[in-house]
Amino acid sequence: MGMTLAEKIIARAAGVTKVSPDEIHWVDVDLAMIHDSGGPRRIWPMLDELGLRVWDPDRVILVADHYVPAQDTNAAKILQTTRAFATEFGISSFYEAEGIAHTLVVEKGHLRPGMLYVGGDSHTCTGGVLGCLALGMGSTDLLGVLATGRTWLRVPHTIRVNIDGSLGRGVTAKDFMLTMIGERGMAGAVYRVLEFIGSGVAEMSVDERSVLTNMCAEIGAKTGVIASDETTISHFKDLGIQVDEGPSSDSDAGYLQSWPFDASEMVPVVARPHRHDDVVPAADVVNTPIGRAYIGACTGAKYADLAMAAEVLKGRRVASGVILQVAPASAAALSRAMSDGTAETLVEAGAQLLSTGCGACPGLGSGVLGPGEVCISTTSRNTRGRMGSPDSKVYLASAYTVAASALAGEVVDPRSVMGVPA
Amino acid sequence: MKVIEGRVWKFGDDIDTDLIVPGRYLMYDVAEIAGHVMEGTRPGFADLVGRGDVVVAGKNFGSGSSREVAARALREAGVVAVVAKSFSRIFFRNSINVGLVPVECEEADVIEESQTVRIDIDRGEVIIIETEERLVAKSLPSEVAAIMEAGGLVDFLRIRIGDDTT
Ligand code: SF4
Repeated sequence: MGMTLAEKIIARAAGVTKVSPDEIHWVDVDLAMIHDSGGPRRIWPMLDELGLRVWDPDRVILVADHYVPAQDTNAAKILQTTRAFATEFGISSFYEAEGIAHTLVVEKGHLRPGMLYVGGDSHTCTGGVLGCLALGMGSTDLLGVLATGRTWLRVPHTIRVNIDGSLGRGVTAKDFMLTMIGERGMAGAVYRVLEFIGSGVAEMSVDERSVLTNMCAEIGAKTGVIASDETTISHFKDLGIQVDEGPSSDSDAGYLQSWPFDASEMVPVVARPHRHDDVVPAADVVNTPIGRAYIGACTGAKYADLAMAAEVLKGRRVASGVILQVAPASAAALSRAMSDGTAETLVEAGAQLLSTGCGACPGLGSGVLGPGEVCISTTSRNTRGRMGSPDSKVYLASAYTVAASALAGEVVDPRSVMGVPA
Repeated sequence: MKVIEGRVWKFGDDIDTDLIVPGRYLMYDVAEIAGHVMEGTRPGFADLVGRGDVVVAGKNFGSGSSREVAARALREAGVVAVVAKSFSRIFFRNSINVGLVPVECEEADVIEESQTVRIDIDRGEVIIIETEERLVAKSLPSEVAAIMEAGGLVDFLRIRIGDDTT
């Protein structure tokens, strides 16, 4: 029997010819990412305690995204520690307030198809969009990686998620993922790798595909992966990087399951508070006023998301009493939105532009929610208290749905605003 | 690995790390965070839990954010082991790395709050003292048990580095 893409990457990194699910292997890590929240402030003291240095500063990406810009002196100190770490250990790929780590590693060309990439954050899985095995871990695991360049892995089973057909207008990869998570539950793929294939995936942009891999965290998967194809190669080409098509699954690879989906059947959906697997069509949510609409996070504020919001908001104003906030996922996404008029459209519609970073998504930065506030958000999690007060409520949706709901002042199906027959 | 015996605090399915340690406390140090542990799902838990206690939960314990302080805060608050039907993989790894024993036990549902359990990882069992029921638990793979036995990943690395230099 052949190997899946995930198995091939693990085998290569373990220096063996073949691996099988459930085996444990020690592997060499190609690239590691840490951020301001779980990174230097937690890892540095442990490195010092062990008397160790970073194994290879050129294989480490450090991103200040959770606490930027500092909201108080505690956050400011965390950022000082982060900068000092970059200097002390000679980490040249250090980004502060340039974007959210998961968006940056894709945009800046740090990943390569076939890489074994490890990051100190649960949404590290996003990186699988470029054909690498991207694994999220905690601080002490990252300490081990930073100190030795190695870690242990249990070889996961792979589930093939086959998406055929095309998403309709006003329907997005976010709607697809929420729908799948709603069907399978938030523990629907614990310890599995989801490999996305099919014509529905082939026609998605890198931005949209990255929602598929990003939200693997929300179904409990170890990670998500998309084998590199023409879209992947042209993404690198645009960055001036020449890559060959990376590894892909063998035709006789052993998949645990196959989940078939027809993209054309998808509709705009929302996840209701406080579970991201409580998913219903947006059109079924009636009489649900919102006071806040948030477009942010690695999941939902890439350039493609800003453009979706602008498409809905163009020439319109958000409903009175609604606060629409936009925190672009990266400086590059913002500057593209500024150069083509997208940002102007958002601001003219009444959006507040917030700084680039994690912002309100983890309940840390600008735009957190107070008690009683009801928000519709492009982020990925709506656990009670995630975005602020435990007495706030968060609906999760696509940028189309968030923008349309901001116009209506209540949760709506964006197709009603976009003139698309439902 | 040594046998653990402790009083049970019972939780449900899908207890994610935002419920264990809400994001708004992330900027503080572990000792302070421990005073709010589980606040998202059971406010006041930190005042009730004691040294040597055991958390029992349903499926997908520790899902969501990779924040390791979730495992550290439980440990700091006195919890020595978490028995759950299943764990999120990141939380499972974090627990091992910080010396909080994660015990996968599909029958965890039958354990009730305030009972006492005896956990013998090497024999792969969890015994409810009050009812003498024996539940099957997954034992840890030897590679992983080695880290746990060292006391966590930092101590494991310390030992390994020591080995390398001698
Ligand atoms: S934007 Fe939200 S989900 Fe993404 S890395 Fe930041 S906190 Fe995590």
